[in-house]
Amino acid sequence: MKVLVCIKRVPAVAGRITLTEDARAIDSKYLGFAIGPHEECAVEAAVRLVEEAGGESVVLSLGPAESLEQLRDAMAIGVSRAIHLVTDGEEWDPESTASAIVDAIRADEAESGPFDLLLFGNESGDTGGYQGAIRIGRALGRPVVTGLKGLGVADGRLRGEQAVVGGRDLYDVPLPAVASVLEGLNMPRYPSVPGRLRAKSKPVATSSPARPAQRLEMLRLVVPEGANKQVTILGNGAAAASATVDLLDRIGVL
Amino acid sequence: MATVLVLVTAADAALDRVSLQGLTLGVSLAAGGPVHALLIGDAPLASELGGWGATHVHVADHPALATFAPDAIARIVDDLATSLGAGVVVGPGTETGNTVMARAAARAGLPFAANCVAAAAGDPLVVTRQRWGGSLLEQAAIHGDRAMLTVAPHVLAAVPTGGSATVETFTPTLDESDLAVRVVGRIPAPVAGVSLAEAKVVVTGGRGAGSAQGFAPVVELADLLGAAVGCSRAVTISGWRPHTDQVGQTGTKIAPELYILAGVSGATQHMAGCKGAKAILAINKDADAPVMALADYAVIGDMHEILPAISAEIRRRRGS
Repeated sequence: MKVLVCIKRVPAVAGRITLTEDARAIDSKYLGFAIGPHEECAVEAAVRLVEEAGGESVVLSLGPAESLEQLRDAMAIGVSRAIHLVTDGEEWDPESTASAIVDAIRADEAESGPFDLLLFGNESGDTGGYQGAIRIGRALGRPVVTGLKGLGVADGRLRGEQAVVGGRDLYDVPLPAVASVLEGLNMPRYPSVPGRLRAKSKPVATSSPARPAQRLEMLRLVVPEGANKQVTILGNGAAAASATVDLLDRIGVL
Repeated sequence: MATVLVLVTAADAALDRVSLQGLTLGVSLAAGGPVHALLIGDAPLASELGGWGATHVHVADHPALATFAPDAIARIVDDLATSLGAGVVVGPGTETGNTVMARAAARAGLPFAANCVAAAAGDPLVVTRQRWGGSLLEQAAIHGDRAMLTVAPHVLAAVPTGGSATVETFTPTLDESDLAVRVVGRIPAPVAGVSLAEAKVVVTGGRGAGSAQGFAPVVELADLLGAAVGCSRAVTISGWRPHTDQVGQTGTKIAPELYILAGVSGATQHMAGCKGAKAILAINKDADAPVMALADYAVIGDMHEILPAISAEIRRRRGS
């Protein structure tokens, strides 16, 4: 079983977003960075599949030099090696990202053999393009199942579960395949200290693909106007219970 | 003036609301020109689409469409857009709509912009689209012979036009490869309590709950109000509640009449999931927490004292 999982370094945004002066990026001076939430679950799934069936898991990211931190995070919980497509920090649109990843997958497969499964987050935590896995699967001629909250591999097939109104829809496709997953698929583990130490010596293959013309061309970012609400304080502590129940009554939910 | 095609989905004998919002955006982009709607199955609903601005409705009818097959629908979208010479294709920014439209764009080798909240016709077409679940907006130009986009759910209102449309049913060309990815079965959901996505009232606990046991007063108040219980991502990560309870950008999106948040700081990730709430009541120790900027009402203090007091007051008034 050979699994590739693709991740993206995204700022850990908490409160109100502030932008850089040119309005082309989030001002991340005071922010930490992390693997996107859906992708954290994809990494956990890749590690579990290989723990169960044997084989190798590989993590790939297209991003700035600092993305190495997130690649190391994935290797710290058990991924064997990393592929880093290093950018100069400028954003890449979904099409050019997918195309560079397809080239990297082809090159790696030519050298180390084919992947059975390519795993992605359903959409990136920041730009939310909803298309990377689909473009890559299409280019490689492999079936793509998106939005999975359940996933298993058996007898050369991928079985996926998608949460829908009224239950879960089931998919069943032959490997090699492509799947994108949603947070909630599993509970990602925390890296251990020995895991972090081991990750430092795991191999990272780097290359610097050229950024093509952007056909989904970001012009600028805009922080939406806040609702500008005026909050009404009903009171402090348990003494506010009566005023709160009055409110529930007024709204008609009591 | 570009010919516009709008993908409309339907479920349980009703048109998808987000698709109708897409139709409204399509009408504005067509600027008086023809607006074609593609309806997958459910032919009886086709006649309603004229009232939402479609001038021509194409109903795709094929036995293979009885179960969801995203590549098949993507092919139908792409083939119809090509035969109409459409310059713009709009779909709903639902999970279904985004996966289908991304597949159609990949198939045609075109760029794709998901979850748009505005679009200005022109060459190139310029869209405003959501990032971070709507906490940030991006203006982007779509460079391609055909602009492929979806409309973000429930930002634009669907506007009835009172018009009428010609309806034509056709049998799309599909082959085995278009059906390789398809739904092969369904596990029905166990009959649970109140569904989070559709609840009229949601009571959510955050990190302030302190532990799994700390959710008891949240559940108690929710039960009294017939509300659904929600939680924040911090809670799910701590293992106090299941992910199915999580409200937020990567959890469930909710739109209740009243949203009560207890011990929730109001992080961007969380608030992206409750933009549809009509009224927000925050219960928090910290009067300066980010949630206060988004709340309509607040009670300052410890949720472990306030929630039981509210529940007791409700019982007292109900005389139970």
